[in-house]
Amino acid sequence: MDRRTLLAGAASGLALSLAGRAALAQAKDKVKVGFVYVGPIGDGGWTFQHNEGRLAVEKEFGDRVETVYQESVPEGSDAERVLTQMALGGCDIIFTTSFGYMDATNNVAAKFPNVKFEHCTGFKREHPNVSTYNARFYEGRAVCGTIAGMMTKSNKIGYIGSYPIPEVVMGINAAYIHAKKVNPDVTISVVWAYTWFDPAKEADAAKALIEQGVDVILAHTDSTAPLAEAAKTPGVIGFGQASDMAAYAPSPRVSSIIDNWAPYYVKRVGMLLDGTWQSTDAWEGIAGGEVKIGEITEAVPAEVKAKAMEVHDAIAAGTYHPFTGPLNKQDGSAWLAEGQTAPDSDLLGMNFYVEGIQGEIPK
Amino acid sequence: MDWGGINPAVLVASLMTASVPIIFAAIGELVVEKSGVLNLGVEGMMIIGAICGFAVAVETGSPTLGFVGGAAGGAALSLIFALLTQVLMANQVATGLALTLFGLGLSSLIGQGYVGVKPPPTGRLDLGPLSDMPGLGTILFRHDVMVYLSVAAVAVVWAVLRYTRSGLVLRAVGENHDAAHALGYHVVRIRVLAILFGGAMAGLGGAYLSLIRVPQWTDGITAGAGWIALAIVVFASWRPWPVLLGAYLFGGITVLQLNLQAAGSRIPVQYLSMSPYLITILVLVIMSADRRRTAAAPASLGKTFHASR
Repeated sequence: MDRRTLLAGAASGLALSLAGRAALAQAKDKVKVGFVYVGPIGDGGWTFQHNEGRLAVEKEFGDRVETVYQESVPEGSDAERVLTQMALGGCDIIFTTSFGYMDATNNVAAKFPNVKFEHCTGFKREHPNVSTYNARFYEGRAVCGTIAGMMTKSNKIGYIGSYPIPEVVMGINAAYIHAKKVNPDVTISVVWAYTWFDPAKEADAAKALIEQGVDVILAHTDSTAPLAEAAKTPGVIGFGQASDMAAYAPSPRVSSIIDNWAPYYVKRVGMLLDGTWQSTDAWEGIAGGEVKIGEITEAVPAEVKAKAMEVHDAIAAGTYHPFTGPLNKQDGSAWLAEGQTAPDSDLLGMNFYVEGIQGEIPK
Repeated sequence: MDWGGINPAVLVASLMTASVPIIFAAIGELVVEKSGVLNLGVEGMMIIGAICGFAVAVETGSPTLGFVGGAAGGAALSLIFALLTQVLMANQVATGLALTLFGLGLSSLIGQGYVGVKPPPTGRLDLGPLSDMPGLGTILFRHDVMVYLSVAAVAVVWAVLRYTRSGLVLRAVGENHDAAHALGYHVVRIRVLAILFGGAMAGLGGAYLSLIRVPQWTDGITAGAGWIALAIVVFASWRPWPVLLGAYLFGGITVLQLNLQAAGSRIPVQYLSMSPYLITILVLVIMSADRRRTAAAPASLGKTFHASR
């Protein structure tokens, strides 16, 4: 290419972008789909499930899609580089699968208006080509919390938090509220690991909780290490997180919260192929099939299982919201009145513990 | 400082276990650096050790063979480094970084079939009445054999470097390879052996992670432990016992901060989370500053040796 054509091409490209694109979505024959993962696909948890979703997209559309992915992308400026490369590499749609990619996703989306971006668990949609999607994990936590409250003998349940972000705080609150409902004496200890994925650190956190007398562990990190640590001490139980983690069944893994992204990914890529893709904010839970509860094992007595399924079924039917008043904030101030359910905006910005939880959320 | 509900004996026992991978990796790297070679591939060798150890243990059903496999895996990977830096005279920093990247990728590849598999359990040493002693029994006599081996490794490295002829030769090569060469020592051969030892030790540390501490295989299981080990060697001024101390400090404060969190301490979590890094560096720096020798690094560290010069 000589300089003149290059300049002419650049000029016309500039003219096109300045002219403003007609908002005409067009159907496509073939799309390239990119995925950015925060951990390795072999983590057995969070990233593993997103990758299952990617495989489902390939299976559904066959030759009409090409998928690319990058594992273990740090949350921060590195993510921006990876996203830019994917966009330059011809991806038509890019799914960024961790909270910490929020700003990077929006920054890169500004530079590539023709590429669609879908950010998982975030709340910023600064451009028309950015969507956000999330799952109501707290619904699953409500079910697990019910089991935890009934199963604990020491009345101490433990929670391994990743980062103090609304999604995690929501889970802690949901677990505690439902444990407390079935067991008024229950207390919850929270350990912040400050990582999404670090098996050794997660195991250490679980160990510290067990040393403090905790006998039920819930985790909001991405590996199976907390379950492996729980397996070392008889009488300690835990839950599969993000994936089923059935290798640790029937105990310590007595149930699990499964993230099921496949239907969403298939739907969105399908929309892109049809030319009907629009920026949305998706937030489905048990009812929508994005959150599933893994099989409750025989290590759990029948009445506990029945109680947990009751909670599950009520949520699935839409007759019960895990955050239903009366509920106060940790400092005793009123949050939800009798019978009132939490608005989504409260949940998405949740930065407080509910009444009864000891300790502070790191600021 | 509230010790609310934290049992010091249990805490010390936990920190000894938590520090083992870093001790192995760091003491191995100390020997490598003492010979004048800077191998930044510790993380890569550790993770290869983790997956090789895991795979061997799962296939044979023997944790002991697993550890042997882990050491062999780490050593095999370090052999690549030795070939590139000692024979082909590649830049050590770049090669070491590449070795880490290669190790991370290769371990992930080997590990594809081992995700979600449980390794055979490693028993604790049963020391009978010793284990039942209150306090001390918990701290000293209820570990698996690798915890004792890690301390023994530090002692052996210290003794060899300080009191034996081969230790002296190793240090000589690290301080001035041209002089050592002029005296007739085989610089490259000694360095290759040191690199292999470092690789085997890093591999052992990795195998401890995947077989005992976590016990499972997941990609990226070492999560930066190799880099911590490298830093500890530097902050310990290339001396074996301070390496042990640094590793225990780091492991200890890591365990302590998690226990404090679990016990509901009032200290803000951010301070607790960064404390292991801060305090370890501070203590080791203060210890190093105490000595009148400022340059503790081997003088030939990282320099390429060529016999014809």
